[in-house]
Amino acid sequence: MSNIVDARGLSCPQPVLLTLNEMKKINKGEIIILVDTDTSKENVSRAATTQGWNVKSVEPEGIGYRITVSKD
Amino acid sequence: MTTIKNFFATRWGIISVGAFIGVFAQLLQKWGNPANMGICVACFERDMAGALGLHRAAVVQYIRPEIIGFVLGSLIAAYAFREFRARVGSAPIVRFVLGAFAMIGALVFLGCPWRAVLRLAGGDGNAIFGLLGLIGGIWVGTLFLKGGYNLGRTQKTHTSVGWLLPLIMLGFLVLMLIFPQVQGQEKSGVLFYSVKGPGSMHAPLIVSLVIGLLIGFLAQRSRFCTMGAIRDFVLFKQAHLLLGFITLVVVAFIVNLILGQFNPGFAKQPVAHTMSLWNFGGMVLAGLAFALAGGCPGRQLFLAGEGDGDAAVFVLGMIVGAGISHNFGLASSPDGVGPYGIPAVIIGLLACLFIGFTMRKEVA
Repeated sequence: MSNIVDARGLSCPQPVLLTLNEMKKINKGEIIILVDTDTSKENVSRAATTQGWNVKSVEPEGIGYRITVSKD
Repeated sequence: MTTIKNFFATRWGIISVGAFIGVFAQLLQKWGNPANMGICVACFERDMAGALGLHRAAVVQYIRPEIIGFVLGSLIAAYAFREFRARVGSAPIVRFVLGAFAMIGALVFLGCPWRAVLRLAGGDGNAIFGLLGLIGGIWVGTLFLKGGYNLGRTQKTHTSVGWLLPLIMLGFLVLMLIFPQVQGQEKSGVLFYSVKGPGSMHAPLIVSLVIGLLIGFLAQRSRFCTMGAIRDFVLFKQAHLLLGFITLVVVAFIVNLILGQFNPGFAKQPVAHTMSLWNFGGMVLAGLAFALAGGCPGRQLFLAGEGDGDAAVFVLGMIVGAGISHNFGLASSPDGVGPYGIPAVIIGLLACLFIGFTMRKEVA
């Protein structure tokens, strides 16, 4: 069961902040982040990579994207 | 399309956009825009407020085609890459207030973050205090963000909602074409023009518009943001946007050297004053307001172009704030701060603190 961060409708820098908070909380594992703009998609992916997390997949969902990141 | 899309989100993408702005801001100055003001979002929106008669400071009245271009260029990019998303509803009244105070702070310093670095690149030492203030204000903003500050979620809405600010900008352009500037005249039809001062200095309309459109297009693709540059570095140690901002100042400096536009010093710098404390204080206010609103004044224009109705409200707040600034004697001049500039900065800071401390509701 993955942890889900729903950042839809939130503007910069909230999606990244929420993602980083979740990463700190679970330390490793898998997180799914829901975003609704391309800017948030890029920012979250960039932040995840910087933090040493792996961006497993970015899939369109609704009007936005479903980003899956993981760390072993 | 995919290759270009990925390119602008990369490190070299943001660097190239910073370089593009650095070059063309200085060329705009060479082609007629005021000194160290090739592009200044705050100053230009203030000039637009003057052209519309929202204030009657005779030396700063001109509809700036660069601003129109920023919004419409972003709109074109957003449609070309299927990113236009009409959205509103994230505390618009707060964004209006933040926009108004951001403008009041910026006009105490005499410039937005873009002009702060262009002033520095032109040798104006006073800009250092403004930039320190900007960093300080944004730093305070990051403390609120860490503490849970947010303005809530936006809602998807009718496409036409996202079109309103672009249409208003288009309307301004039409007004300029119907009522063009008449040499030596302060008024043409419904529009006010400056016969002297910064408002009278401008590159040809078509040049300003085309460069504005190009910058709007590129900035929408790359998410260029001067406030975000500092905020992301302070908050996440993320230097992506900062690279673009630094490139802008370095390139602007080099172009100034080539064009002979570099004049180092503190006294008698163009459209600037030497009251260091209030150069600093004005930009603390502006920086904090930008951080709480989630974008520098340029970024707000680009967001408005891609359908963000809340960013559009921030823009309108800035234009109204410019009217208040000049009507109430808050804006600075080369002689120093305006008669009521200092209390206005203090009130603005208190308003921002009120917003920052009280709007920390958990996101549902």
